[in-house]
Amino acid sequence: MEATVTADMLEREKAFNDRIARGEVIEPKDWMPERYRKQLIRMMSQHAHSEIVGMLPEGNWITRAPSLSRKASLLAKVQDEAGHGLYIYSATETLGVDRLELTQQFLDGNAKYSSIFNYPTLSWADIGAIGWLVDGAAIVNQTALAKCSYGPYSRAMLRICKEENFHHKQGYQILSIMMQGTAEQKEMAQDAVNRFWWPSLMMFGPSDANSPNSEELMRWKVKLHSNDDLRQRFIDRTVPQGEAIGLTFPDDKLKYSETTRSYEWGQINWDEFKAVVSGNGPCNKQRMQARKTAEENGQWVRAAAEAYAAKHYN
Amino acid sequence: MTKNQALYEYALRLGDTSLVLGHRLSEWCGHAPLLEEDIALSNMALDLIGQSRLMLAYAGTLEGKGNDEDALAYHRDARQYRNLLLAEQPNGDFGYTIARHFLLSAYLVTLYQKLTKSSDETLNGFAQKSLKEMIYHLRHASDWMLRLGDGTPESKQRVQESLDACWLFTDDFFDADAVDAILQDGTAPDLADIKTTWLVTVTSVITLAGLQIPATTNGFMRSGSRKGNHTEYLGHLLADMQFIPRAYPGTKW
Repeated sequence: MEATVTADMLEREKAFNDRIARGEVIEPKDWMPERYRKQLIRMMSQHAHSEIVGMLPEGNWITRAPSLSRKASLLAKVQDEAGHGLYIYSATETLGVDRLELTQQFLDGNAKYSSIFNYPTLSWADIGAIGWLVDGAAIVNQTALAKCSYGPYSRAMLRICKEENFHHKQGYQILSIMMQGTAEQKEMAQDAVNRFWWPSLMMFGPSDANSPNSEELMRWKVKLHSNDDLRQRFIDRTVPQGEAIGLTFPDDKLKYSETTRSYEWGQINWDEFKAVVSGNGPCNKQRMQARKTAEENGQWVRAAAEAYAAKHYN
Repeated sequence: MTKNQALYEYALRLGDTSLVLGHRLSEWCGHAPLLEEDIALSNMALDLIGQSRLMLAYAGTLEGKGNDEDALAYHRDARQYRNLLLAEQPNGDFGYTIARHFLLSAYLVTLYQKLTKSSDETLNGFAQKSLKEMIYHLRHASDWMLRLGDGTPESKQRVQESLDACWLFTDDFFDADAVDAILQDGTAPDLADIKTTWLVTVTSVITLAGLQIPATTNGFMRSGSRKGNHTEYLGHLLADMQFIPRAYPGTKW
């Protein structure tokens, strides 16, 4: 009996791998290996949590945006992120897990989110730097994910990328206007880039040699490019944009190589990366606390909504 | 006071109320009780900020001193602001925000309905566009009044207390003065009529939610927004909002 089950499983897994190899898209009701499901839940929920935590550093400047049009576009951007979170949670639910459960894992500290959001936003220029660098890095990642093997995730990424492109342009525009402004504005813009450049590069994750999940995810075409490849793509695309508006980058090793037609660059501080991922970044505690407080303060509201629904819709 | 000056004041009242209320709602972004409410509250904040931009730009034109929407939003102090007092009250808990928004959106829906018949083209166009948005706000706030009023004993008590606290500022909505008198030529509605309709709207929802219309028998109500007599909260809100243009004068962002 056991042997049959195993043989059957192996056959199913082989059929699944063949589908992946043919470039087919896996849909929620299709058979999939348990490990594929688990890895996707992990990745997708991390992504959704990142959208939610990502609302906080930018939300920090909504009330202080320097003009009404900037206020409106920042508010719309942060609202888009809430929408992305909702959308990715829904896509994750197609794998048989509940949003409440995922949120609980996050609040208990058992799920990760992108470390970039553990850095503080200290000036208005940081809103520009986040749009340009952080959303720029997210676009490189998500454009790759839009071709991933799981249908609901890939479709979510396609839709999200369109909005992220808009955010990216907005962020770049904030910085370019500042770079045409006063000395103080230029200094503010440069300072934001100095602080966000390396953390943005860390967004692509550990280098390939130290990325434990990569090999499996690439075999399943959940990931189509390695962390290092995507990071390089981001650098090659971003550095000329910065130079065009007079920004520099805090890396004295950064230089264009005619041979590789690509930028050579320095070394990520992996100790900092590990510290931030493991909870010791500049704002980890505040970010978690903000989400916990929102959750706790909203408890009576959700209880009321449930009680009302039970009375009136059952 | 000329008609033009009255119209300027009127545009400021509308624009400032939307701006300050939108600002308050935007403070929820990232901190709401449900992700769906983060989206809804931000969306409503965006509507209101959009409305304020139209009215402040109009006020700037009427004033004729070359002030645009940002000059008016960022370079007037609290005493020059004309927003309704209720709009500037701090968010409190979600129930307070809902009670505040319920009373104000019921008022704005009633007012904008009348303004869609205004003889002033700009006010008329503004009201046509904004009414659609405010009807949604009123529906959203009313739905929550019902859920909170008829939810749990805790939610009922909380929202009743918030409603009572907000009610104090509702006379301020209808505090007609010389500006309103001048605009009774078909430009702006009679606030006494607005009050009658508003009271019917809010009473029906409050009753349906199993809540009490707050007692006003002690007669104490706050008003003063028409003269820029605000509560202490507005100064703090403006300090936050105006920080960059004040700290870096003459800059573009």
